[in-house]
Amino acid sequence: MDARRESEPAPMKNRTTVERKSEREVVVTRTFNGPARVVFEAWTNPDLLKRWWVPKSMGVSLLSCEMDVRVGGSYRLVFSHAGSTMDFFGRYLEVTPHSRLVWTNDEGGDGGAVTTVTFEEKGGETELVVHDLYPSKEALDGAIASGSTDAMPETFEQLDELLVALGASGGRS
Amino acid sequence: MVQYERARLDASFAALSDPTRRGVLEQLGRADASITDLAGKFHMTLTGMKKHVGALEQAGLVTTEKVGRVRTCKLGRRRLDDETAWIERYRRLWDARFDELDEVVDELNRKEKIDGRKKRE
Repeated sequence: MDARRESEPAPMKNRTTVERKSEREVVVTRTFNGPARVVFEAWTNPDLLKRWWVPKSMGVSLLSCEMDVRVGGSYRLVFSHAGSTMDFFGRYLEVTPHSRLVWTNDEGGDGGAVTTVTFEEKGGETELVVHDLYPSKEALDGAIASGSTDAMPETFEQLDELLVALGASGGRS
Repeated sequence: MVQYERARLDASFAALSDPTRRGVLEQLGRADASITDLAGKFHMTLTGMKKHVGALEQAGLVTTEKVGRVRTCKLGRRRLDDETAWIERYRRLWDARFDELDEVVDELNRKEKIDGRKKRE
């Protein structure tokens, strides 16, 4: 995997942090080694998003990914695993090029979070924040209790094993 | 935000700092029990056991329900454990995603450099 970086020194892996900020909010942060326009492009171009949204090792495939990235535009991602499919969909509430994306998560009905992603460029790097705001404490507690993690429903039984394996092999937890 | 986490941790640690209360949790992990059962098992007075159960209840580690004259205790939703595990799973999911995103970003960076060079030529 590092083969194509051989001409450059391998950059340090950036840390991903997750925190429950309040009763209704979960926040993910990470820095990327590239300008905001590049990182934003990877979040808004479906062909690019497809390449990273579902980690290869997960055993889940992304059948289709439609994104009409503009205010009021909708998106739909269809995942497949072990013969069944599941749709994730919603609408974009805000689209500010290279700095901010806000969308709804409507597949779960009223309990879905509103996701805000911000891209802040600092010295050629981009600080990314993914902020999920749930409609109520109960909605977030429910998501936690059911074990579902965002686009990876609990029906994807392999997920836990794989994530444990990923954590163990990466030695980064 | 930090305060929110801290208040919850404080309540849990305070509840877990006592060996009898840890024993009660272990016991309830095996089966629900009434306060009277627990008092008997831990050789305590009913009043003493009620206090311990109260501390565990306050921390959300135990729930109780009174049916008739018997108050039954069971493990709470163990929010702390559930939540910590969920956050860690969620973090690993995003971490795995972001590793792949790193590659996409690298590739786009290289493309920009090459395109930039072409424009200058």
